[in-house]
Amino acid sequence: MSTQALPTALAEIVDDFQALSEPERLQLLLEFSRGLPELPARLNDHPELLEQVVECQSPLFLTIETEKNDGGSPAFRLFFKAPPEAPTTRGFAGVLHEGLDGLTAEEILAVPDDMPELLGLTRAITPLRMRGMTAMLGRIKRKVAAAARLYA
Amino acid sequence: MSYPVEQNEKFAAYAHPERLVSTEWLAAAIDAGALNDGKLVVVESDEDVLLYETGHIPGAVKIDWHTDLNDEVTRDYVEGEAFAALAAAKGISRDATVVIYGDKSNWWAAYALWVFSLFGHEDVRLLDGGRDKWIAEGRALTTDIPSPAVADYPVVERNDTPIRAFKEDVLAHLGKPLIDVRSPEEYTGQRTHMPAYPEEGALRGGHIPTAASIPWARAAAEDGTYRSRAELEALYLGEAGLTEGDDVVAYCRIGERSSHTWFALKFLLGFETVRNYDGSWTEWGNAVRVPIAKGAERGSVPAVAAR
Repeated sequence: MSTQALPTALAEIVDDFQALSEPERLQLLLEFSRGLPELPARLNDHPELLEQVVECQSPLFLTIETEKNDGGSPAFRLFFKAPPEAPTTRGFAGVLHEGLDGLTAEEILAVPDDMPELLGLTRAITPLRMRGMTAMLGRIKRKVAAAARLYA
Repeated sequence: MSYPVEQNEKFAAYAHPERLVSTEWLAAAIDAGALNDGKLVVVESDEDVLLYETGHIPGAVKIDWHTDLNDEVTRDYVEGEAFAALAAAKGISRDATVVIYGDKSNWWAAYALWVFSLFGHEDVRLLDGGRDKWIAEGRALTTDIPSPAVADYPVVERNDTPIRAFKEDVLAHLGKPLIDVRSPEEYTGQRTHMPAYPEEGALRGGHIPTAASIPWARAAAEDGTYRSRAELEALYLGEAGLTEGDDVVAYCRIGERSSHTWFALKFLLGFETVRNYDGSWTEWGNAVRVPIAKGAERGSVPAVAAR
């Protein structure tokens, strides 16, 4: 699989990971975990609006919102919440946020399901820990697909 | 035992008080410079591979259970040479006192301690309450990664027999006490994997016939510390029906939660013969023709296995 099918921002992230050695990749994932934006207050006060991704080894909650674009397809905004004691989960969420936030349904749904494997973390993180990220991406795609049907 | 043992009332009631240290004791030892000469080494071992990097006990080194202690190819632990190289690189000598702590009530810390025990490392202790308790008490954390002087660690053959059980051992053990430490849903067979861990599933749900269900977390208090001797006795001697001198096997899904229980049975209650079946349900629930019991009842030893 190449990065060709990926949206520009996500392809750049994948390239950044691929350019590093394994220990450096973990450091980069840690930076993404620190860079994950906090939830806006309107969501933070309403945890029931977030959906838990149960496949993650730590509690991770996410939700999506749509933003009207002038004349084009709506843009999807992504929101994540993961505890500080789960930096690996937060790091994955940070990658998906930076790579997919603000894109259209078409762009998000075109991302291959096994995209997390492109980050080159499988050996350092172990397959077990990688599954949370695959589940997170799958959940986002399902939610986006369901929301996109409303606009079709 | 190279480093003084902590004396306190709670630990004194346990069969092997020398196997635990409190956060107070460790903080005082670090302040007194115990980590400077390599006599005492603190190891963090977590489920989350990045947690140590977000901040850890000053002077602590990291051992990742998945990548450091497991063989990359075979489903087994590293051999003596790799273990010696790992210990040496982390500044651990054979006679060092090792204190291990980690996330999730010391799940993975107990697992790492158990692997150290397979290699017969004599003085290895758990930090009671683990990482969460240390942080909850507002104790010092750092992101500085120590670079310990390389220690001298001999190549020791792993000795699995005393504390590790394989599938064949468990088949031969049927009829003697088994402790299943998984969730009740996994025990009854409603679930074939742990909540949130779908990939560690099995083709069959249920438990090993006759195993008592005592979920691992019941041995831990709210703050992640081990429960008192009296509470542990009520749990394992009372509820599970163990008697002193029993030969016990504990298991879970891949052996990490059962390490936590193994530690409680072996060191806190003093059972001489306790083995951890690390193949656990991912092996048993996928193996051909092994007996399985479903539902909340323990079940009985099947005639075939009892041959």
